[in-house]
Parts: sequence; structure tokens; C-alpha cells
Amino acid sequence: MLQVRGLEVHYGGICAVRGVDLDVAAGEKVALIGANGAGKTSALKAIARMLPARGTVRLDGADIADAPPHSLVGQGLALVPEGRGVFARLSVRENLEMGAYVRTDRAAIADDIERVFSLLPRLRERAGQTAGTLSGGEQQMLAIGRALMSRPRLLLLDEPSMGLSPIMVATVFEVIRTVAQEGVTLLLVEQNARLALSLCDRGYVMESGEITLNAPSAELLDNPAVRSAYLGE
Amino acid sequence: MDIFIQQIINGLVLGSIYALVALGYTMVYGILGLINFAHGEVVMIGALTALTAIGLLVPAGLPGPVVVLGGLLIAIPVCMAVGFAIERIAYRPLRNAPRLAPLITAIGVSIVLQQLAMMGWGRNYHTFPPLLPATPHQLFGAAITDLQMLIVVVAAVLMAALVWLVTRTRLGRAMRATAENPAVARLMGVDVDRVISFTFVLGSALAAVAGVMVAANYSIAHYAMGFMLGLKAFTAAVLGGIGNLGGAMLGGLLLGIIESLGAGYIGDLTGGFLGSNYQDVFAFFVLILVLVFRPSGLMGEKVAERA
Repeated sequence: MLQVRGLEVHYGGICAVRGVDLDVAAGEKVALIGANGAGKTSALKAIARMLPARGTVRLDGADIADAPPHSLVGQGLALVPEGRGVFARLSVRENLEMGAYVRTDRAAIADDIERVFSLLPRLRERAGQTAGTLSGGEQQMLAIGRALMSRPRLLLLDEPSMGLSPIMVATVFEVIRTVAQEGVTLLLVEQNARLALSLCDRGYVMESGEITLNAPSAELLDNPAVRSAYLGE
Repeated sequence: MDIFIQQIINGLVLGSIYALVALGYTMVYGILGLINFAHGEVVMIGALTALTAIGLLVPAGLPGPVVVLGGLLIAIPVCMAVGFAIERIAYRPLRNAPRLAPLITAIGVSIVLQQLAMMGWGRNYHTFPPLLPATPHQLFGAAITDLQMLIVVVAAVLMAALVWLVTRTRLGRAMRATAENPAVARLMGVDVDRVISFTFVLGSALAAVAGVMVAANYSIAHYAMGFMLGLKAFTAAVLGGIGNLGGAMLGGLLLGIIESLGAGYIGDLTGGFLGSNYQDVFAFFVLILVLVFRPSGLMGEKVAERA
């Protein structure tokens, strides 16, 4: 479904992502793990055309490297950005409606808002509140719910556990698991490697802008180098 | 007492016009963080375009209000096109430039438009023909003309429509989302460039209406009229809290009333030493006070950090 070849991101003279190749098959759940500053977020942003980058990015075979960024959501790609990126001054419901911005099927949109509310009941209670008044965990749920509103086939998640309490992390990952079970393909960037690999089928390890390992999750969890570097053992 | 009421009425009329113009400043600031100093010139172009169109329509022998409406309906699309072009030509190439660059450009655009208007319409004052009924009506011991009532009502209707657009429609939601976080709005599929263009076009349409109102209210229009009007409307936007729609409306009305009361009483208060020709001083006095004591304005949030 997603095919990335030779992806490179430069910030001034610094090369944050160097020659990354990455594949995600339809229905697959793939993690991209690595230390802080390894280039995971940059790679994800480059895939979603939020950063200028070199290399090819294909979505279902179509090259999206030159597509206008706002057209990607219509092609089935949604990103839950780092730091959630909820619209703080819009209400929870309006945030969800923004997620469905490119859709015109009003009745189905209303149904999908109901679906998001039943998946994330906390959001229903807060529907009329502005998103800025929500807790960090609730904002993360809103960001995920908002991404689902576009009915994505490929969902990119950037550090969904960041800044959340352990209980909230568990809840958020439960939601992500449910979403994946409904057939949405996942590419998950996460510093919490154990959590990411326990959810995903396969993982890439990124170091200093390069992919150093690519293996099924079980294998990575057994890999001594991965264990000492990322699993704190 | 009737002087007081009279000045309040005059202030509401003036304030309604300021509010319409201030909305243009505040919408653009809200989305781009840019103070579009050329906005006052759009008002001027609206006024002069309408006057030219009215001059051409008068010989047709239509009723006065129809002629004015015709002038307005020509001025609105002209101003929308001007607003669109300003953003496209002058500001879009500077979208990622340091903040001072678009600000200086805005001043440049203002000068260019003013000079072009001078070349096209000349240096003379253009008079607004008496096409609208100016019969005064008694209200609480003061007088209000049909024209003044019309200005207040039309401004109120337009502002209500704008609030509805911004708070209740999909496009308005996209505008607010873009104002808050353009990168994430783009992820949602919002064509941010189009939203920005639309914001300029919308503000310019309001400016066109305001231009016709000013010309009708004072019976004159002039190539340089946009400068002072623009500054005052900008003051109104700052007073209310720039970036905030409600603030622009409140700031406009308040500024109009402050100016009118000031002009009405300054003579008595200074024993005739200062006359009502000092009216313009009040707006800038207000601007200074707001910037010193409440830079975020009455309803605004965090302006200091962005300006």
C-alpha cells in the first residue's frame, strides 16, 4: 500500500533522514522505532508531504511526492501528528467535522461521528467543549478520532503515547488496536518500543536518519541489540 | 442631554463603518498574522468605484436607492478582485519571509493603490449625489436620518451574516482551523491557499460596502480617504483584540462612539480652545492607551507575542 524509496529530509545543512526505504502492505501494522532525534517524525512528516523531501513515496502505486499536501487525505492517508495538533479553539465535534472536511456525504459523516463517540465515549461527554480544555489523553483520542473521520485506509501515527500517563497510554493503544482490527493499515512511530512492537506485526529500527533493522516484531523483541538499546534491558 | 444622544447616534453610525473595515483587518491578522495596511485603500477603491458607477447610472433615470444599489453591486466585485490580487501578488510570495517583509510590503501596496487611484480618479473630491432620502427622524430628542439608519442596519446584517459564516459553515470551520494551525488544516484536506484568498476576498467585500457608506455619509470621496479610515479601523481592531471577530465589531462601535462624544464635547470642555476638528486625535489617543495598558485588546488573546 505504501512504498517509500530513498527518502531524504534536510534541515539546512543537517540531514535528518537519509535514504530511507520502507514498505507497508495493506492491512499490515508496522512500527517505526528509534531514539529521540533518530529522524522518525521527520520521515513520517515527509511521507505526509508536511516537509520538503527527496525520494519517491507511492500510495497504492501512485507517486504522491508531487501531489498537493491537502490532496492526500482524499487518497486515503491520514496522519495523527506529533503533539496531537487538535484545533484548540474548535469544539470536539468541530474537530471531528474537520476530519471529514473532504467528504460530502453528510449523513454518513453524522454516522461516523457516532461511531467515533462509541469508540471513544469520553469525547461524547465533551462534544461541545473546545478541544483546548481537554486533558492530554483526551486530546490524543480526539486526534485519532479526527483522523478516522476521513475513513483512511492508511493511518500514520506520530508518538501517540507521548506525554500521557501509563493508564492513558494503555487506553489509547487499546483504541489503536481496535482501529487496526477494523482493517486500517497502520504505520506507527513510537519511542516506546515495547508498546509499539507488541501492537505491530513488523518493525523498522531507525538510527541517525537511517533504517538499521527491519524484522517481524517478535524477532526485534528477541534481538539483544534492540533489547539493550530500546527496551531498557 | 439631546447632544449626548445625538453624538451616540452619530457614533453608532460611524462605528458601524469602522467595524466593517476592522473585520477585514482582524480576519487577515487571524489567519496570517499580517497587518494588511492596504485594507484602507480597498475601502477607498470601493467608494470611488461606486461613485463612478453611480455617475454612469444616474442619467438612466432610475430611482435614487436603485442607483446606489447598482453602484454598490459594481464596487463589491471590484474590491473583491483587488483584495484577491493584493494577496496573490504582494503577500503570497512572502508567506515564509521574516515578519517585517510583508508588513513593509503592505505599506508599499497601500501607497501604490493610492497613487493609482489618484491617477485614475484625480486629486479632486468626488461628491456623492443626494440619491438617498435624508429626512431626519426624531429619536429620544435627537435626529437620525434614513441614511444613518440604513448604514447601521446594513452593517448589523452583514456582521451577523459573517458570524454565521465563520461559526456555522464548513468554510468558516476551515478558516478557523487554518488560523489556528495551517499545517494540520492541510492534513485535513483544507486547501490553505484558497482559504487565505477567500479571507481577503471576504474582507474586501465588506470594505466595499463600508466605502460606499462613508461616501454616502459624508457625501464625498477622495483618493486619500482610505489612509485615515484604515488607521482608525485598525485601531478599532486593536481595541477589540486583533484576530477576534467580536472584538473588531465591539472595537469599531466603541471607537465611533468615543470619537463622536469627544468631538461633541471637546469644545465645551476646553472652553472653545479645541474644536471638533480634533476628532481624529481621539482614535489615536485610544490606540496609545490600549497598546500601553491592554495590548491584547478588550476581547483578544496574546497579541504581543505575534506582533
